[in-house]
Amino acid sequence: MNSSNILSITTFVYGLAGFSYIFAWVFNKPVVSKVATWVAVIGLAGNTAGILMRWMESYQMGYGHAPFSNLYESLAFFSWTIVLLYLFIQFKYGNRIIGAFVTPLAFLALAYASLSPNISDRIQPLIPALKSNWLIAHVIACFVGYGAFAIAFGISCMYLFKQKKTNRQNSLLNYLPEAGILDELNHQLIMFGFLFLSVGIITGAVWANSAWGRYWGWDPKETWSLITWFIYAVVLHARMVRGWRGKPTAILSIGGFAAVLFTYFGVNLLPGLHSYGSF
Amino acid sequence: MPKQETSADFFSKTWDFFASVRLTIVLLLTLAATSIIGTLIPQNEDPAAYFKAFGQFLYRLFNILGLYDMYHSWWFQMLLILLTTNIIVCSLDRISANRRILFVRHPSFRLNRFRNIKNKEEFVVDEDPEQLKASCQTFIARRFRHHAIETTDNGFAVFGEKGRWTRFGVYTVHLSVIILLIGGLVGSIFGFDGFVNIAEGESARVIHLRNTNKTISLDFVVRCDDFNVSFYETGAPKEYRSSLTILEQGREVLKKDIIVNDPLRYKGISLYQSSYGNLPSDEAILGFTSRKTGMVYRRKAVIGQPVVLPEKLGTFVLKEYRSSADFKGHNIGEAFIGTLTREAGSAVQIILPLRFPSFDKMRRGDVTIGVIEHLPRFYTGLQVNRDPGVGIVYTGFILMIVGCYVTFFMSHQQICVEVDKRGTTTRVTVAGTANKNKLAMQARVAKIAQRLGSQARRT
Ligand code: HEM
Repeated sequence: MNSSNILSITTFVYGLAGFSYIFAWVFNKPVVSKVATWVAVIGLAGNTAGILMRWMESYQMGYGHAPFSNLYESLAFFSWTIVLLYLFIQFKYGNRIIGAFVTPLAFLALAYASLSPNISDRIQPLIPALKSNWLIAHVIACFVGYGAFAIAFGISCMYLFKQKKTNRQNSLLNYLPEAGILDELNHQLIMFGFLFLSVGIITGAVWANSAWGRYWGWDPKETWSLITWFIYAVVLHARMVRGWRGKPTAILSIGGFAAVLFTYFGVNLLPGLHSYGSF
Repeated sequence: MPKQETSADFFSKTWDFFASVRLTIVLLLTLAATSIIGTLIPQNEDPAAYFKAFGQFLYRLFNILGLYDMYHSWWFQMLLILLTTNIIVCSLDRISANRRILFVRHPSFRLNRFRNIKNKEEFVVDEDPEQLKASCQTFIARRFRHHAIETTDNGFAVFGEKGRWTRFGVYTVHLSVIILLIGGLVGSIFGFDGFVNIAEGESARVIHLRNTNKTISLDFVVRCDDFNVSFYETGAPKEYRSSLTILEQGREVLKKDIIVNDPLRYKGISLYQSSYGNLPSDEAILGFTSRKTGMVYRRKAVIGQPVVLPEKLGTFVLKEYRSSADFKGHNIGEAFIGTLTREAGSAVQIILPLRFPSFDKMRRGDVTIGVIEHLPRFYTGLQVNRDPGVGIVYTGFILMIVGCYVTFFMSHQQICVEVDKRGTTTRVTVAGTANKNKLAMQARVAKIAQRLGSQARRT
């Protein structure tokens, strides 16, 4: 049993949790959502174990580095932060329906890591540029931020859903939390995510400065993280303009998450190269 | 004087324009949208490559718009200047509008404000207000930075306040953005960004600047004593290490091994490990086999330095290294070329291919020469930078993180505990306000009421 197996199993546990949350919401079965919570907790435990084991395995192989160095590892950490933050919110606010919109994201992230043929789950040694504690801080901060934005994305979708005007009494919408609460939660998460994204960009800059002698070089990955930052800065300021709470914020939050995804996956499709590989 | 009026009018209109958050939103979205362009068009490449990719018309158009170095183009810089103005004007505007809240030494409390708060916590105790006064006051004093007490008709009210300073969090964030931009500007005006390649054992003083053909001479000399590269079993690089020495007027002043992520800094200039390469080799361990005695003599040979052989076999000089040598029309790969001078005075040229160690046997001389070990030579590629703006930028970084934390997670809180006699019992009312996160403040008020209640019952 190695870490990759555990993470593959965790993928299915998350899938089951997501399915149960959706089932509980659609058929209004609160009991099922309690089960879903326990499944999510088990998934989180598996995810944690997978990450820790990977860390130990890398020491056994003689490479000895924290498991935050490639796409596979970052996706495993991403789903971990999503579920951890989500469970925290659930315990704090006592609403389980949000899980129907959020746990599937953790499932998708981990499924992509485990199943995509383009992503290698091999533990690789660190190339010289990646040997830095700033890198660890950078990856952790970025993905905690991305996790918060992922949940804000789920909540924004719920908000837009809730706002939809329907003639008939739609029970699905009734079970969703109040629009005001969703908006407030969205804002809280975006503040939290913005702080961590800022820390992520800053630690990335400090790392770049120690490795290449420049803290900012406008390479596509850096630029896209800045674009994401601009979008969430707009979200924070939009609340100050009258009438911009609610729907515009939800739309911007979805746009912000699209930018997150592009920073993460899309940049590789662009011309030019991000500096990781080159030296 | 109508003329003055219009200029004042113009000023206030401009001020309002720059104080608006709508402008911020427009600017930030414009920055986000235009930044995408520079990620689609690779920046700072050879003009010929752009011409080939885009064709004549688009090439010209993009050139005029500065899209090949767009983050330094006039219009992008213009957007940044507008944003800076926006931040400054807006912050000044808000600070002056809120100065009565922001700059007070001793806050004053108005009881009516707290009485009008909708969500209050209440409980009833048997003690007289006078009995509760001291404990209530210390309770608030311990938890709030400022406190005050006021006597009312049937009892008293204790006020507490803390976190007024957190209102400056937003301005700290805004200031940090400006500091970052200033730091970037300082770096681009007073700094430079260059590189130099130094062969092992050699020194350099002059460096080349990137993106131009200019060179700069440093105040000191850098010597590369050694360069090493190591690999994992997978073939991936593990470490690049250069041993550098800084010399001033011929004196060694600093020695350091640098690796990626651990540069050398001296007099505001940083030297980073950035690349490496192979150089023509200039030394080798050679084996000289005497035909007469069969003895093998192992000698280190350096290009240009004669090696005197025992048994009066002559003197050998390594002349040069060729990365691909020819022998009678055949390419024999990497080889050293040397000359052997006999005691008698006649000299022969000798080819020593690295791939064929016993090649020299063919010559059938008194001595056969072969390369036992070839010592490869590297040069280290150093990134040489000076950026006096880094300190400013890092200050901005810290201010931004601290400012965001304070703004998002701390608040300015006020609380009022009113205690008054109602017939035979005493009623205690707790009410609080905060400038942010009002839900959390309500929970806090409830908790304080609960604590106060249990404390009163104990006495
Ligand atoms: C990249 C630039 C900027 C960043 C990173 C930034 C960041 C922030 C942050 C984090 C907040 C706190 C939001 C909250 O409490 O939810 C804030 C608030 C605010 N910002 Fe900005 N900001 C920027 C530019 C601007 C500009 C150009 C203006 C000019 C109009 C502006 C005006 C405001 C105002 C009025 C507030 C609310 C302050 C208050 O609550 O009293 N910001 N900003």
